[in-house]
Amino acid sequence: MTSIILVVATRLVFPLMLMFSLFLLLRGHDAPGGGFVGGLMAASAFALYAFATSVTRARDALRRSTFRLIGVGLLFAFVSGLPGLFAGSPFLKALWTSAELPVIGKLSSVLLFDTGVLLVVVGVTLTIVFAMAEADEEEEE
Amino acid sequence: MLPILIPFLMAILSIINWGNRVLHRFLALAGSVGLLFAALALLTTVSEQGILSSNIGDWPAPYGIVLVADLPGAIMVLMAAIVGLAVLVYSTACMDEACERFGYYPLILILLMGMCGAFLTGDLFNLYVWFEIMLIASFALLALGGSRAQLEGSVKYFALNLLVSAFFLTGIGFLYGMTGSLNMAALAQALRAAGPEQPVTTVAIFFMIAFGIKAAMFPLYFWLPASYHTPPVPVSAIFAGLLTKVGVYAMIRVFTLLFVQDTEWTHGLLLAGAALTMLSGVLGAVARREIRRILSFNIISHIGYIVLGLALYRPLALAGAWLYMIHHVIVMATLFLVSGIVQRVGGSFRLARLGGLYQGHPGLALLFLLPALALSGVPPLSGFWPKLVLLQAMLQDGLWLVAATALLVSLLTLFSMMRIWVGAFWSQAPQNVATPGPLANVERRMLYGPVLALTALTIAISVFAGPAFELTQRAAQQLLDPQQYIVAVLGESP
Repeated sequence: MTSIILVVATRLVFPLMLMFSLFLLLRGHDAPGGGFVGGLMAASAFALYAFATSVTRARDALRRSTFRLIGVGLLFAFVSGLPGLFAGSPFLKALWTSAELPVIGKLSSVLLFDTGVLLVVVGVTLTIVFAMAEADEEEEE
Repeated sequence: MLPILIPFLMAILSIINWGNRVLHRFLALAGSVGLLFAALALLTTVSEQGILSSNIGDWPAPYGIVLVADLPGAIMVLMAAIVGLAVLVYSTACMDEACERFGYYPLILILLMGMCGAFLTGDLFNLYVWFEIMLIASFALLALGGSRAQLEGSVKYFALNLLVSAFFLTGIGFLYGMTGSLNMAALAQALRAAGPEQPVTTVAIFFMIAFGIKAAMFPLYFWLPASYHTPPVPVSAIFAGLLTKVGVYAMIRVFTLLFVQDTEWTHGLLLAGAALTMLSGVLGAVARREIRRILSFNIISHIGYIVLGLALYRPLALAGAWLYMIHHVIVMATLFLVSGIVQRVGGSFRLARLGGLYQGHPGLALLFLLPALALSGVPPLSGFWPKLVLLQAMLQDGLWLVAATALLVSLLTLFSMMRIWVGAFWSQAPQNVATPGPLANVERRMLYGPVLALTALTIAISVFAGPAFELTQRAAQQLLDPQQYIVAVLGESP
């Protein structure tokens, strides 16, 4: 059961949702937003895509396996703790560069951590959503 | 810090390369070797320089999360590393492909990370988080393989642990409401200053129930024999050796650092609980006929000894308890691993279907006999010394009844272990039982290697009981003098 309205709407909304997710990620830390919400937003974009088309196509659109996303996200979070260690302070100490960049603001280890959180959230949510949707599709067949 | 980070990094790399079994094995082994070295380094630093603490993210102590390494914690991290390495080597030989594909190795690594975190954290809520990490990993490990018995075991385990989490969180909530802090050092200060109008003892009971279930104390132990014999042998071994000890560790930590207002009552309750735990556990063990079930019940009865050391609440008893902990972690892991080999060469865990293994495998028989005797506390093996110390402490307090119970329990343990020995190794081999083929050379090395190493360690503890006891005595002193801990975490000032 594919609805044409859902398919067309998804085509429009999908990139917007991904961009909004990026916006939430960069806005985070000092204002509401951050990796977790951003991740949920990105995951719901892919979930919507999966419902409008099929899980297989959503997986193709994601390009990486969901497990790999979780792993890479954890790795980001792990690496973000290291600069503090090298600077002689405890693990996970937040460090900020002084350079101000357009859009992103100050680069920091916190941003790296948040990006990691985003990837993990996307990975975990989609692992669950895809697994349930696939079980559903099999039942219909 | 490192003991947590190394397994974490290896687990991450394994998740990225999901499904690559060879790489998983390699990463897991590398991780556990790294963990072993980190743990050794930590223990030597702590024993030379005293308690270390590190503020994560550089947030100052009562507000941020601290990791604290003192002697008791560092010893436990080392135990986790040793058993972790042994179990991982062992599992390369005996895990089936499906389990490995479903992420067996990363799960073990995450479990090890959770344990190290729980041993090192200085924050009560953080302790809860580490408990949850261990839980998630252990649920998955229990259910891995997905046979009917396993699922039944994990459902029981799951339900009980939800209850634990609820009690634990309620207790934490009360404490936070009373004191406004979750840092253990700050809590220790606040609770010592607390007046009699505050319900400290009530909160203490919440923690006692939560950790009591975790540690499988009487009367809350029934989940343990229901679930520990179901998963693959290496998983049983790591659960038996370490997982329940985390509960005991948390119990000892909380009841030496935080809840010492009304020791007469709380520790009296613990004493009764410990005695009943020993007795009911060993009676369960005597009644069973399946190797892993007997071992599971023996875990329970010996948890009783450790809690007994806490309940007596004096330096000698706590030192004995800690030595007991070290001994028990190693011996229990060894026994479970040996039971796996018995199943591999004899074809079953049931004593009725086993027999005559001594003829074909005298070495294996010896490898079972040594830890079995050590567990029962036959001198001069490693179980004897902590038992001696604990008995001495009990007699100093004039607790004749409890001391008699402890002796009786030792005797019954010996009886139950000898039943395995007779049933599996000495008796006539039963007729009409197909025995599996002989072990391949590599498999033999991977299975026997870790068991040999752990047995050697047991013997080493027996021989060097003196220095080991000195170490645990220092650990006990640190436990009984919270001021050291508070100063290490919060600094000298207030």
